[in-house]
Amino acid sequence: MYPYLPVTSEERRRMLETVGVESIEELFVDIPSVVRCKGRLNLPGPLSEMEMVRHMKALAGKNKNLDDYACFLGAGAYDHYVPSIINHILLRQEFYTAYTPYQPEVSQGTLQAIFEYQTMICELTGMEVSNASVYDGASALAEAVAMACQATRRGEVMLSRTVHPEAREVVKTYSRFSGVSIKELGCQNGLTGLREAEERINDQISAIVVQNPNYFGALEDLTKFAELAHRHKALLIVSADPIALGLLKPPGETGADIVVGEGQTLGNSLSFGGPYFGFMATTEKLMRRLPGRIVGQTTDSEGNRGFILTLQAREQHIRREKATSNICSNQALCALAATVYLTVLGKKGLRRVAELCLQKAHYTYRSLLETGKFAPTFTAPFFKEFAVTSQEDTAVVNARLMENKIIGGYPLDRDYPELKNSLLVAVTESRTRDEIDRLVKYSVITK
Amino acid sequence: MELIFEQSVPGRTGISLPAIDVPEEEIESLIPAEYLRQEPPGLPEVSEVEAARHFTRLSRRNFGVDTGFYPLGSCTMKYNPKVNEDMARLNGFARIHPYQSADTVQGCLELLYHMDRCLSELTGMARVSLQPAAGAHGELTGLMMIKAYHENRGEGHRKKIIVPDSSHGTNPASAQMAGLEIVEIKSGKNGRVDLEELRKTVDGQVAGIMLTNPNTLGIFESDIREIADIVHSAGGLLYNDGANANAILGISTPGDMGFDVVHLNLHKSFAAPHGGGGPGSGPVGVKERLTPFLPKPLVEIKEDGSYYLEYNRPLSIGKVKSYYGNFGVVVKAYAYILAMGPEGLRRVAEDAVLNANFLMKKLKEYYDLPYDQVCKHEFVLSGARQKEKGVNTEDIAKRLLDYGYHPPTVYFPLIVKEALMIEPTETENLETLERFIDAMIRIATEVEQEPEKVRLAPHTTVVGRLDAVKAARKPALIWKS
Repeated sequence: MYPYLPVTSEERRRMLETVGVESIEELFVDIPSVVRCKGRLNLPGPLSEMEMVRHMKALAGKNKNLDDYACFLGAGAYDHYVPSIINHILLRQEFYTAYTPYQPEVSQGTLQAIFEYQTMICELTGMEVSNASVYDGASALAEAVAMACQATRRGEVMLSRTVHPEAREVVKTYSRFSGVSIKELGCQNGLTGLREAEERINDQISAIVVQNPNYFGALEDLTKFAELAHRHKALLIVSADPIALGLLKPPGETGADIVVGEGQTLGNSLSFGGPYFGFMATTEKLMRRLPGRIVGQTTDSEGNRGFILTLQAREQHIRREKATSNICSNQALCALAATVYLTVLGKKGLRRVAELCLQKAHYTYRSLLETGKFAPTFTAPFFKEFAVTSQEDTAVVNARLMENKIIGGYPLDRDYPELKNSLLVAVTESRTRDEIDRLVKYSVITK
Repeated sequence: MELIFEQSVPGRTGISLPAIDVPEEEIESLIPAEYLRQEPPGLPEVSEVEAARHFTRLSRRNFGVDTGFYPLGSCTMKYNPKVNEDMARLNGFARIHPYQSADTVQGCLELLYHMDRCLSELTGMARVSLQPAAGAHGELTGLMMIKAYHENRGEGHRKKIIVPDSSHGTNPASAQMAGLEIVEIKSGKNGRVDLEELRKTVDGQVAGIMLTNPNTLGIFESDIREIADIVHSAGGLLYNDGANANAILGISTPGDMGFDVVHLNLHKSFAAPHGGGGPGSGPVGVKERLTPFLPKPLVEIKEDGSYYLEYNRPLSIGKVKSYYGNFGVVVKAYAYILAMGPEGLRRVAEDAVLNANFLMKKLKEYYDLPYDQVCKHEFVLSGARQKEKGVNTEDIAKRLLDYGYHPPTVYFPLIVKEALMIEPTETENLETLERFIDAMIRIATEVEQEPEKVRLAPHTTVVGRLDAVKAARKPALIWKS
């Protein structure tokens, strides 16, 4: 018997009788025999719960996890501390087993949480409107590019090479099929080339896309890019790390028109790359071009405050092929994790987390340079992540670190061949001084 | 209920953070002052106690599968096994960085590889990518591959995609995003694709057709092989929206039906929870001739039995998402497949179909049934009879809330007037089905005897019917103090 299937053979018999058929087979008469499965599918199982758990634990045990290894690997996904309360809230069945809040009277929990989430995202980014999340930071960027092209009725985008390589790939995939043309902007000293942007911008460019802190961890001068974009009636799209926004000026204040980013850092586990969520915020002016679900406040017949999915005229189930995007399921539970995270951290906690990252990252950077075995790859100011160039092969460095229970930085030459022996090192508030000192020690010990 | 911002009191916090254990420097010496925020973000200031109570109170204003029956058509709201949540949270899965070296993540890669094999077997496809984050994302990915396939053959002019009028709203939206032109075809009187209509529509411009099978009326497209022949002989491909796969698990595969591309919703047929609107997972599978176009990377196996991520895929459409997909969701679905096994999955389809036919049989006396034939895992009633009494389908849905049920999908598919699309799933027992039938009959009686009561429903929820027009006309999308 199967624990998730309650209908017994006796009940099955009675139900078939009610339906008026002799056997289950009769309920499938409309499936022609030529398209029927022949024989048993080649699948594992069934396993009892005990056996399944044992199997899954054995698989999980083949991985080296961050409870046993100190992680200095970032490059878009970060080992920030996840407060215990988050998992307890996520495991409330009313949240995790619910569907999209199409029936608002019995979904006020999800709807109000999204409304609070939208407010928090706007507070962080300095924007006026946020949606209820999209798949991840990379798809958020792709959606932002599509949105900018629709809004400006232009078909080209200037995309900085300091934007996360995977996000750039996703943008390129989406654009290849929708017909948007992507112009890549080069970088100098780890920053987007402003002069190059000035030289290359024209009236076909719908948006300039930059990331801040960028893929190298360095801080871009957003104001200058906003001025340049607006001078040519283009938009500025900024991809931001929300943790950094505890310290950094909100992109909205620097003139950004669309702000997106990877939300994993806000209370979501690393989970080998997902599920994460992408946040997306914009100005009131562009509100009706924002893809995905949006929750609005309203009232019931007695004047009670309530929340409901709104501005649905943009969405796929109303506009079908004229919708601004096809996004339907988003990452609501991950956005809920972020809402709980930002709630418990609060106004001061988020700044404190950002300060811890900043100080520890700079301590790590200084300590690595002091060994004399690493040189700065760039000199631009950075937040929690930085690039250093090793005298040794980075694979050798990382292998030695791994032997000492440390996961080292990301070798940048995988995506930037010109940055040979450069490592991208991320330091979150979770790293202790002891772990940092061990990183430095084993980075330079030679056999 | 109060918003979390309204409970904020300056000075409270819900977190204790460690002291800085490294030598500190002035922030302005590290970051130029003009890059720094002047005002902290307006986040709430509450203790952990208040946060816990707030979100618990919010949760109690929600309806989940463990709360009660959730017969939302085409959404497959089956029970989400508890143990699967534990599996996804194992440190060896949850605490893994996506860029760790392959030798340190062999368990993750093995799981992804085997899930690809399992889903390929279940769909009759050659390979499956687990990268798409949701069903609509899988659709977009699949359509991009279809377009890339034609372009690679020098047939880039094929831009027409045929979509039935009963299709999911995401189908035409995905086609638009993939740069395809949508051609809608009307369903026949029997609720299925009209073959004559289809023959008239296909031509040398056709890239393919998008079909859900069983379709959104809960009807199996019995002519599927003829449909496949018509489209294939015109040079087009067949895309299967696998949202309704629950009805055919172990019984028929999209591959056998002639589909070239299919997506599955792991959060539907494979019991991963919906999370209030995500995360989902929408793996997309393809037949052999389309495998070169799958998103990169794919997990491959070396001769020594070790797994690795293969990025060297020159014809790949690229990436549609960072990293490798919603891995945590894949873990839950994989655990589910292991627990069910091949016979269990077939049993899922049988019981889902049995439950749906049982409900349909019992309810068709009280509500109109536009397509009266054996249904698959869902069926569509019409509230047209009730509408004549001045009670519309939305009223019926709202009245169901008073009886403790989540309403069915309403007003979809668009081709049925006052549609009520009911999908009980296999995880509901007979008692639940009978109680739901009673509630539906009582509502039908109320419509006859006291229609006002239904029209003004719900009467028992935490808020009454909400003003959607007001919400859209003057949008209030964030809290302002």
